[in-house]
Amino acid sequence: MSNEKKMFDGGKVIAGLIVFVILATFPFWYNHGKAAPIPEPKLTEKAKTEKVCILKKELMKSEHMQILNDWRNTVVRNTNRIYETPEGKRYDMSLSNTCLDCHSNKADFCDKCHNYVAVSPYCWDCHIEKPKETKE
Amino acid sequence: MNVNYISSLIMVILLFLIAYIGVEAGGLQVLFGIIIPYAALLTFIIGFIYKVVNWARSPVPFRIPSTCGQQKSLPWIKSAAFDNPSTGGGVLVRMAMEILFFRSLFRNTKCRLNEGPMLSYEWEKWLWLGAIVFHYSFLTVLIRHFRFFLEPVPVCFQWLEQLDGFLQVGVPGILLSGFALLAAVVYLFLRRVFIPQVRYISLASDYFPLFLLMGVAISGILMRYITKVDIVGVKELTMGLVTFHPTIPKTVGGIFYVHLFFISIFFAYFPFSKLMHLGGIFMSPTRNLANTNREIHHTNPWNYPVKVHTYDEYEDEFREKMIDVGLPVEKGIEAGTAQE
Repeated sequence: MSNEKKMFDGGKVIAGLIVFVILATFPFWYNHGKAAPIPEPKLTEKAKTEKVCILKKELMKSEHMQILNDWRNTVVRNTNRIYETPEGKRYDMSLSNTCLDCHSNKADFCDKCHNYVAVSPYCWDCHIEKPKETKE
Repeated sequence: MNVNYISSLIMVILLFLIAYIGVEAGGLQVLFGIIIPYAALLTFIIGFIYKVVNWARSPVPFRIPSTCGQQKSLPWIKSAAFDNPSTGGGVLVRMAMEILFFRSLFRNTKCRLNEGPMLSYEWEKWLWLGAIVFHYSFLTVLIRHFRFFLEPVPVCFQWLEQLDGFLQVGVPGILLSGFALLAAVVYLFLRRVFIPQVRYISLASDYFPLFLLMGVAISGILMRYITKVDIVGVKELTMGLVTFHPTIPKTVGGIFYVHLFFISIFFAYFPFSKLMHLGGIFMSPTRNLANTNREIHHTNPWNYPVKVHTYDEYEDEFREKMIDVGLPVEKGIEAGTAQE
C-alpha cells in the first residue's frame, strides 16, 4: 500500500471507521477510566455470630443460585423440606425463613453483588424482603 | 478425515491447553488476563482500520451491475428500485437488507442433475437460517457481555438479558442466545463436513473460526451453568481492563482464562481472516454502488494521459508527401500552411 494512493469515497469510509472505533472502545470511554468499587456484601449481626453459612463462603458465592434452585425443586416436587450439609447440620429449605433469617439485609447483602454484575434473579418476584413482610 | 478441519481442531485444542496449563500450572494470569487481551484489542482495531483503508484505496472503475432486478431505463419499463438501485436511497435500502437480513444468502438455491437428464433448482434456506441464527445470537451474546465492562450497567442491557432469559428455566436462568450460538456454529460446521461440494471448497481458515467459536461458547456455557465461576471476580478483572487499572482476582480459575484467551485470539485473528467481512460487507462494490453505468459517464480512475496522434496532426505532418503521391487530403497546401 503506497502512500500516494488516495482513498475513494474517503469521507464515507472515515466516517464509518470513526463509528467503528467509537463502538469498539465503548467500555473505555463509558467508564472514564474509573473503576467502580468492588461490592462488599454486609453481614448482619446475626450472620456474624453464626460465623458459617450452610456451606463454605467460596462455595456459597458461586453456587448459591444452584442451591436455591435445587431447594425449590426438592420442596415443591418432593415435599422434602430438610437440607443436610456435608457436616450433618440440618436446615429448613427456605429462602425466606432460612437464608433471609440471617441475611435480613437484602439491599446491603444480596443486591450488592447482583446489581454489580447486573443480574435480576426472579426469586424476588415472589419472595419478599423480610422487613417488608413483618410490616404487613 | 480431512486435514483442513483436523488441523483447525488441533489448533483450537492447543490454544485451550496453552491457556489452561499456562494459568493453572504456570501462574501466567497476568499474561492471559491482561497482556493478551490488550494486545488482541489493539490488533483488532488497528488491523481493522488498516484493512478498510487498504480496500478504500483500491479503485472500482465501474459500477458492477450484479443485480437481481430490472435496471432503471425508460419510464414505462418497471424497474427494481432496491434490487437494482439507481439512487443513493435505493442503495441504502439494498445495503440494509443485505446487512440486517442477509438478502443475498436468502436467494441461495440448490442445483441438482436428476435422471432424464433434468436439471432442477431447489429452494435452499438452511444456510441462510444457520447464518442468521448464528449472527444474531452472537450479537446478543456480545452485547450481553457488556454487563462485565460497564458500571453502572445501563438498563437497556438488562432488558436484553431479560428477553434472552424469558424462559426462566433454572437459576442461573437459561439464556437462549448462548445455546443458539453453539447450535448454529455446530450446524455451520457439519454443513461443511457433510455436503461434498462445500467440503471441497472448505479450507482450514473456514473451520478454524468455527472451532474457536465453539470453544468460546462451550467455555462460556460451562462457566455459567456447570463449573461456575466467581462472577464478581470476573467483573473485577474486566472492569480493571477497561479502566486501565488491571487487576488479577485470586478467585477466578482456569476455564475463565481459556474463555478470555479464545475470544482474544478471535479478535486478534479477525483482521487477517474471512471474519473481516464485518467491514467488508460495507465495502462490497456489488452492493454499495448504484447501477448508473448507462446514466452517468464513469471515468476509469487509473486512466493516465495518453499521447495521441490525431489524423489532423498526421495530415499536417505528411501533407506534402501525400499530395506528391496523389493521396487525397482534407485540407490543401495553402489551407494547411495558412493554419499553422
